[in-house]
Amino acid sequence: MTLDLALQYLVAGLTYGAIYAVVAIGFNIVYSATGIINFAQGEFVMLGGMIAVQLSASMPLPVAVALAVVAAAAVGALVEVAFIRWLRKPTVLRMVVITIGVSILLREGALFLWGEGVRSLPYFTGDEVSSVAIGGARVSPQVFWVLGTVAVIVVLLEWFYRRTLLGWEMQACAANRDAAALCGVPVRGLVTLSFALAAAIGALAGAVVSPITYTSYAAGGPLAIKGFTVAILGGLGNSGGAVAAGLALGIVESFAVSVLPAAYKDVVTLTLLLAVLVVRPSGLFASGEAARLKEF
Amino acid sequence: MAGFRLPAPARVALLAVLVVAVQLATQASGKGFYLTQLTMTAYYALAVLGLSLLMGYAGQISLGQAGFFAIGGYTAAFLSTVDLSAGRGGAGVALATRLGLLLSRPDLYGGTTLGVNPWVGLVLGVALAAGVAFAVGVPVLRLRGHYLAMATLAFGTIVSAVVVGTQRLGAADGISGVPPFPFLPGLRIGGGGADRVANYYVAWGLVGLAMLLLGNLVGSRTGRALRAIHGAEDAARAMGVDAARLKVRVFVLAAAMAAAAGVLLTHYVGGIGPSESSVMKSVRYVAMVAVGGMGSLWGALSAAAVLEFLSLRGVFGAHDDAVFGGILLLVMLFSPDGILKIPARGLLERLRPRPARPGEGS
Amino acid sequence: MTRLVPVLALLALLPGAARAAPEPIKVGALLAVTGPAALLGAPEARTLEMRVQELNARGGVGGRTIQLVIKDTGGSPEKAVSFARQLIEEEKVFAIIGPSTSGESMAVKGIAEEGKTLLLSLAAAEAIVNPVLPHVFKVAPKDSLAVELIFQRMQRMGVTRLGLLSSNTGFGKGGKEQVEKLAPQYGLSLLVNEVYDKNATDLTAEVVKMKAAGVQALLNWSIEPAQSIVLKNARQIQLAVPLFQSHGFANVQYAKAAGSAAEGVIFPASRIVVADQLPAGNPQKPVVEAYRKAYEARYKEDVSTFGGHAWDAFGILVKAIEQVGPDRVKVRAAIEEMKGFVGTAGIFNFSPTDHNGLDIGAFELCTVRNGRFAPLGG
Repeated sequence: MTLDLALQYLVAGLTYGAIYAVVAIGFNIVYSATGIINFAQGEFVMLGGMIAVQLSASMPLPVAVALAVVAAAAVGALVEVAFIRWLRKPTVLRMVVITIGVSILLREGALFLWGEGVRSLPYFTGDEVSSVAIGGARVSPQVFWVLGTVAVIVVLLEWFYRRTLLGWEMQACAANRDAAALCGVPVRGLVTLSFALAAAIGALAGAVVSPITYTSYAAGGPLAIKGFTVAILGGLGNSGGAVAAGLALGIVESFAVSVLPAAYKDVVTLTLLLAVLVVRPSGLFASGEAARLKEF
Repeated sequence: MAGFRLPAPARVALLAVLVVAVQLATQASGKGFYLTQLTMTAYYALAVLGLSLLMGYAGQISLGQAGFFAIGGYTAAFLSTVDLSAGRGGAGVALATRLGLLLSRPDLYGGTTLGVNPWVGLVLGVALAAGVAFAVGVPVLRLRGHYLAMATLAFGTIVSAVVVGTQRLGAADGISGVPPFPFLPGLRIGGGGADRVANYYVAWGLVGLAMLLLGNLVGSRTGRALRAIHGAEDAARAMGVDAARLKVRVFVLAAAMAAAAGVLLTHYVGGIGPSESSVMKSVRYVAMVAVGGMGSLWGALSAAAVLEFLSLRGVFGAHDDAVFGGILLLVMLFSPDGILKIPARGLLERLRPRPARPGEGS
Repeated sequence: MTRLVPVLALLALLPGAARAAPEPIKVGALLAVTGPAALLGAPEARTLEMRVQELNARGGVGGRTIQLVIKDTGGSPEKAVSFARQLIEEEKVFAIIGPSTSGESMAVKGIAEEGKTLLLSLAAAEAIVNPVLPHVFKVAPKDSLAVELIFQRMQRMGVTRLGLLSSNTGFGKGGKEQVEKLAPQYGLSLLVNEVYDKNATDLTAEVVKMKAAGVQALLNWSIEPAQSIVLKNARQIQLAVPLFQSHGFANVQYAKAAGSAAEGVIFPASRIVVADQLPAGNPQKPVVEAYRKAYEARYKEDVSTFGGHAWDAFGILVKAIEQVGPDRVKVRAAIEEMKGFVGTAGIFNFSPTDHNGLDIGAFELCTVRNGRFAPLGG
């Protein structure tokens, strides 16, 4: 393999990886605040893309994306208020099943609203054929938008969790919900907020990647599976880990295509997930100690 | 009232009466064609029963039950459709034929093909599923909660990806042209109109048998140990229950039941496709267990019988998945113990004689 | 069933409907309206609904209206089997249109044959009608025709080293098998032969592999958005070889989605997608224009090859009923002997040994010019 080709595979892997990472971050936000894996996270990504496409017909692109993010956040909050908030001490099994139910309904709702067709936003910069040379490799400018969005999200989240009162409260909520409530943290509102935030981030991701990947009512499920994988590999609740794991998985998948039949690409990924779950459920980057303290 | 429960054999006898009554009713009303969907329903119910045992009694979620169903179905489909006619002269083929491992049969176009005896497919399909369940179950069942859900989801998705990615398994088209299964002398499991009534009884007979065996298991010492694991695993361990081993056993049993159902349904329908291995199928099985009530085999059986039958008749039209998703959500939100628990309890309590008001003379 | 309500309501409004109307002819349809093959089944269902309504508004066929019973299989063979038995034994339908996919068609063809019910499959696989079963027909052109047309072109362009991508669906599989079978006959060696997931979101790694292998042409066979993705990725990494697609690309949605990356791509298509550019004398022109106008006016979306298959199946069935009356045996025989039926997919000439009735003339090589489909010519 020449250096140019290797570079090209690497860049392709980074593209996949960034998409996976941003889906995984959405899982992490909800998991951190509530201990719930929201199986409907992929649907938020889908909604972001679909709503933005719908709106972009009648308004400038940045406004459409912003409104789509707001709309998805509202849906996220609504999901929490309608289906999660009022449950008393739900078991994990029950939460898993409820969020799966929500994901099916969101998907079928999108099918009803938008039909089975495939949509996408226009490229934010340039068009379908434009590309930028990096060494000997060529990259679509949209890839920079995706990578940039991921970077901004990670930095903002970090700032939010470390520097704002709300972020502190959320961390307190994650560490010990009852204790946080006793200290006057509005636990319920924070849980709703975490769903809204996760949905917003998912939707932003959905809008930014849609020129590359396209979107349709069924796009959520496959993204969610990749997202879980990355969230687990990076350690549940660890956003930095999600980015590292996402990019690593993307690169592995990309290079795997050069040697393995592409048909079994997902088999490789999922086997890796199973192996990590069994051997190191706390993820590749987290300390096992922290994970054991947080068993829901 | 609440304390009154029919013993398991009596319930199975009741089921038998119901099964016969339904058949006679369809015959009398000239609607014998309902039996086709009822027979398919019975096989799906077998897979659901296995899952009910795992989820309801052992308290372990599985989002990969369809994977085991597909392992059974695909093994049967692959073995019975592979044509060995070309090797007829060979010693191995001749020996296998003499041992009854191979069967010659006419095909749709008037020729004959030589395929593997479906009994071999049944045994191998179930054994393969059980083996895979053991291999996957031992490490995976140590996980709890979300991790277990994800691990089983990953397993189901792997089976699906392998099936769709493998040319020899028909890739996206699946395998068709699976011959009927010579189950008993004069009785073939297959979709032909002539065998319909017999097939209906075989399928529901197997369900009855499963209920009998599972009923015994649940009532036994093992059943109590399982419920203890569900309630509080640590406490059960402290009481000397070998939780890990029991969980794996139930997981393997559930997988074997799903695989057997897969084998038989594949012969009945005459083929299998990747849709049988999809995650959505696994979610539907979970939905049926949930509707019937965790820890209630009869509830799971009723839910599977009703929902699967309506689905197979196309009653839900293009909203099939939405209906299952909606039901799943509603049940889990409002009555996680199953749909039978809500109205019954409320109504029965209200049907008690009301307490006399003070001053109300008698 | 709710789909029937508007149709039935319309019937009630017809003059003379109050008189003892003759019983409608029941036609069943097994279509993947939802699920992974919805891109095939949904436009097929819409086309059938439209045609049945039109026909009934005109008084039906031979004085009898058509009652359409659509069953959504979700693309799964087990449902297709259950519904096929239901349509045949219970609804006692006159004929079945569908299934949409090859896997489902293979699963139900034996049932239709056993039930002596006409089956007009909308799927591509050759095995559906080869060997021939008396009651089983198919109206979608064989994959091998599309492959041969592409290969003839490649041969003229001097291509010998080919790269193939296909999706892991029935459609992708059908094309892949024919490409593998026919490539040697055209002196083509398959340097890369990759199957990707139908939900693939980026195929850069796959096209990089093409570039590394030094292919002289890239052929992609799928119906999903992936066919637009592969074009974009190939252009982005500046893979400078001719790009070919299957007839799955013949839905202008995909050309639009790929934008300027679709310019110059070569693909076989039935004439429906270039209806407006056909010369006036083309026998298919009136048919494809009529379908296109009616469908696009009613559903506000572009026609595709697949909806056209439903149009053809329905047209063939109605024509046969017009000719010989609503008699199962005679209609079957009439279709088997039908010649020169002008459909959207081509001109059908059935025979007892050919239950598909289309030849390589069914396809025309097309390309994309300035965002529109155009016949390639030359």
